[in-house]
Amino acid sequence: MRYETVIGIETHVELSTASKMFCGCPAGFGGDPNTSVCPVCLGLPGALPVPNERAIQWTVALGIALGCEITQHSVFHRKNYFYADLPKNYQISQFDLPLCVGGHLEVDPGSGARRIGITRVHLEEDTGKSTHLGGGGRIHDAEGALIDFNRSGIPLMEVVSEPDIRTPEEARAYAQELRAIVLALGISDARLEEGSFRFDANVSLRPEGDEVLGVKVEVKNMNSMRSLQRALAFEIDRQTALLDDGELIAQETRHWDEEAGRTQPGRSKEESSDYRYFAEPDLVPLQTNPEVVERIRAGLPELPALRRARYVTMGIEPTAAATLVAGDLANLFDATVAAGGDPRAAANWLTGEVAAHLNRTGAAPADILLDGASLAELIGMVGGGDLSATAAKEVLIGVLAGEGSPRKIATTRDLLQVSDESALGPEVDSVLTAHPDEVGRIRGGEERLVGFLVGQVMKATGGKADPRLVDRLIRERVGL
Amino acid sequence: MDAADLTIAEAGARLRSGDLTAVDLLVAVRRRISMTEAILHAYLTIDADGATAAAVEADAALARGEDRGPLHGIPIALKDNMVTRGIETTCSSRILAGYIPPYDATVVERLKAGGAVILGKTNLDEFAMGSSTENSAYGTTRNPWNPDRVPGGSSGGSAAVVAVGSALGAFGSDTGGSIRQPAALCGVVGMKPTYGLVSRYGLIAFASSLDQIGPIGRTVADAVTLFEAVAGHDPSDATSFRGGYPDPRVDLDKGVKGLRIGIVRELSGDGIQPGVAAAFQATVDRLAAAGAAVKEVSLPSTEFALSAYYLIAPAECSANLARFDGVRYGPRVDGDSVEAMMSATRRDGFGPEVTRRILLGTYALSAGYYDAFYGQAQKVRTLVMEDFKKAYAGVDVLVTPTSPTTAFEVGERADDPLAMYLSDICTIPSNLSGDPAVSVPVGLDEAGLPVGFQVLAPALGEAVMFRVAAEVERLSGFDIRPELASSEGAR
Amino acid sequence: MPIEIDIAKVARLARIGLTAEELVHYEQQLQVILEHAARVQALPTDGVAPTAHPLPMVNAFRPDEVEPTLDREEVLSQAPDREGPYFRVPPFLDE
Ligand SMILES: [Mg+2]
Ligand SMILES: [Zn+2]
Repeated sequence: MRYETVIGIETHVELSTASKMFCGCPAGFGGDPNTSVCPVCLGLPGALPVPNERAIQWTVALGIALGCEITQHSVFHRKNYFYADLPKNYQISQFDLPLCVGGHLEVDPGSGARRIGITRVHLEEDTGKSTHLGGGGRIHDAEGALIDFNRSGIPLMEVVSEPDIRTPEEARAYAQELRAIVLALGISDARLEEGSFRFDANVSLRPEGDEVLGVKVEVKNMNSMRSLQRALAFEIDRQTALLDDGELIAQETRHWDEEAGRTQPGRSKEESSDYRYFAEPDLVPLQTNPEVVERIRAGLPELPALRRARYVTMGIEPTAAATLVAGDLANLFDATVAAGGDPRAAANWLTGEVAAHLNRTGAAPADILLDGASLAELIGMVGGGDLSATAAKEVLIGVLAGEGSPRKIATTRDLLQVSDESALGPEVDSVLTAHPDEVGRIRGGEERLVGFLVGQVMKATGGKADPRLVDRLIRERVGL
Repeated sequence: MDAADLTIAEAGARLRSGDLTAVDLLVAVRRRISMTEAILHAYLTIDADGATAAAVEADAALARGEDRGPLHGIPIALKDNMVTRGIETTCSSRILAGYIPPYDATVVERLKAGGAVILGKTNLDEFAMGSSTENSAYGTTRNPWNPDRVPGGSSGGSAAVVAVGSALGAFGSDTGGSIRQPAALCGVVGMKPTYGLVSRYGLIAFASSLDQIGPIGRTVADAVTLFEAVAGHDPSDATSFRGGYPDPRVDLDKGVKGLRIGIVRELSGDGIQPGVAAAFQATVDRLAAAGAAVKEVSLPSTEFALSAYYLIAPAECSANLARFDGVRYGPRVDGDSVEAMMSATRRDGFGPEVTRRILLGTYALSAGYYDAFYGQAQKVRTLVMEDFKKAYAGVDVLVTPTSPTTAFEVGERADDPLAMYLSDICTIPSNLSGDPAVSVPVGLDEAGLPVGFQVLAPALGEAVMFRVAAEVERLSGFDIRPELASSEGAR
Repeated sequence: MPIEIDIAKVARLARIGLTAEELVHYEQQLQVILEHAARVQALPTDGVAPTAHPLPMVNAFRPDEVEPTLDREEVLSQAPDREGPYFRVPPFLDE
């Protein structure tokens, strides 16, 4: 039997505000354990939360970018559950009155554009971080856990998609596009490996054509775009096999095991949770008036979709444009073009050599030593004949290694091509005088011998001559 | 005259005229404490060193000509649910035994800035849940007028120490009457401000939408002084009122001529002890004689206020008290998993009344029951507020007895939660509405126990509320100390 | 009318480890209190908006500014169990 896959994704995004959601502690990643803490984010008796205004504005900004309705009246609720790294044993979150509702996201996994609905975007607080001793959390052999509350209270945005996603590729495209938007807005560093951008997926299968949804399985612990795609592919196969054997799908939470390449049943007990939501009495309601929304809307930066479109009008291949934007290379691209670099060449370098370097080193584009000015300079040198394509790659490596500007590196590594006519003239003349009969045969019509003479000049100049120029000079002199 | 028997106003005048030093005042009050504590058991912690240092500094500052305000050099006691940096704060609960907070509540900061001498922390019903101060993990506080009786609660310790001069003023917290009822039962003035006028930052929460910190003093004027020392916007409390409020002192001596006073029918008839009803009626008559226009008004929903309160308060407390889990502070009972550890710690750490209310609130919020209980209670809350609005369209203030009875016997209601809850019938409505109310002592009943008279006003109506309270105080002329406060009584 | 109370579930949600006898005791007391509290259901409240809060306030915010943090030793000195710079707890299951 053929099944239709139904996937919905919940994404949690840590905002990069200066301070936490409800207190003045620094909201930065990591740090010395239990140093970014105060009575509020430690849940000390008597402490009270006060919301961070910027976190609210940034959530509204994402809502606008996703085409959501920004609710005028919004409320924080208490979500009650006991957990060792949740200091108050309730999370201040949002329930039936979130900040943003009903948006959508256009994604193109390559098979054509699709519109994925956004159910809601709400704001909440992150928990502390626990490190399990011994058995990495397995209850039978762990000796306990250590807790660091630095992360407790960092503003956390939750973006909930409609169950509109049909394939692992779409899921990945959705996550990448959402991340690109968050980065464009500059509201989070959205680093998957550091957990500032995390997703859970709900996967169910149903016989094609059926309306009713199948049993939902929640998949957690996917720490990269790749593992998101792999985990969903695995889960779809697993459920398909079960259904084909006439077995039932258990409603459960499963964890993705990157090494094993499979999802495993969650270790957490499946007692139905009762969160006892109620309006947080330590806070008053939020009222977002239209003027504020308009002011935020007016201040929005260029969003990924528009940016890709702009690149295409500059003559960049759509796939390259997508790679630039999704791979956080767009800022470097714009800087290169602004510094006078040819757009197509810039796109080729960034999606080619530079992307390869990032993959090799695992570095983030923001962290590398290549800036728009030097990439533009490199492109200019190749275009101007000062550098051969091969030499240029060597120069780029030097730039990435921090050896200085392309021209400086080309000079010190002696990679510059001689493209100055007055310098090459004598070399050409001596080669011509050294090969009178070849010159004669060329004049006799054996034009292919020009290449032989060019080779001789290159040899004489130790390969530093610009071959195109040499070719021209020879033709002029033999009178072709 | 013993300095411990001075009002804040009198002591302040003597400190400034040089007839008295803050250190001498502290010595007198500590002598009173040593005289009464064995019987009262009203203090949980006395910060002798801190208080002495503060008194010495207060004298030095005055000598330098630095006057920090009306509480400069005045010994003050705090209910032990306000956190004090470096001083044990327990909420009278085992679950906070030995807890030393790393910060001061906003009220504590303001009192220190105002030059007050903070003496120590007073006993309360565990987490302020109770009306008798019997629900304390650290022993019952006794009524200064009769040690066989309760002082009321939950701020019983704060009311008792002010009644006997073991502090010149004190602060309590009022969630359903926890300042006003013990003030009434101990014969002192106790006031619950408009919700939001006094910061809750550093007040260990019972029910966040009902809790307010307020003053307990020997006189209305002292209560005003204590209130003004801590009132005003605090950016650390998102529910703190941002606007101003009318000066509560200017009208204090204006009397009640021309004021319209409403007697709440539902709260002054049945269920009120005869002695209380008599003292209440006598006071109403005096107010009428003094030129107030007295009429009866009805708050029909107050009949349901108690029920609503006993759903809303436990619901909020079930979440507020979830943080006491043995992870970051307080004692821990070990377990082989976090859940086992938390469950054992909480079972051992909370007393019966707190456990009862946590269970009640957890139930009222849980799936399937929310709408029928918590949701419905919030609608009743709306109706109670509308009743008050209607009533205040016709009167300036409302009056009721503060408590249906005078101080009851220790143990009398311990095993009957409902009977205990009924002690708050007259005080709960203003917590639901967020309006201010004050209790003023107006006399003794036939058993020699004080009777409290409650004045209620609309939100931010502190000025007219205190104006009426001051007149009630003048007319009833209640100015006696329990015998315990005199050296003979102590023996 | 008697009110259905799954007292064991309630106690578990509240993380209070009561004995069987205690569960029975508290269930009886909750019965009495809830039957009294259930009177709120008698009041007609169609079209009445619930009040969560006595204050008619909105939008109480703080600017996104960093403020001083607590001293770690002062904080950890209150912990029932610690290991170096961490709070320590018994083992538990991951979410
Ligand atoms: Mg969430
Ligand atoms: Zn903090």
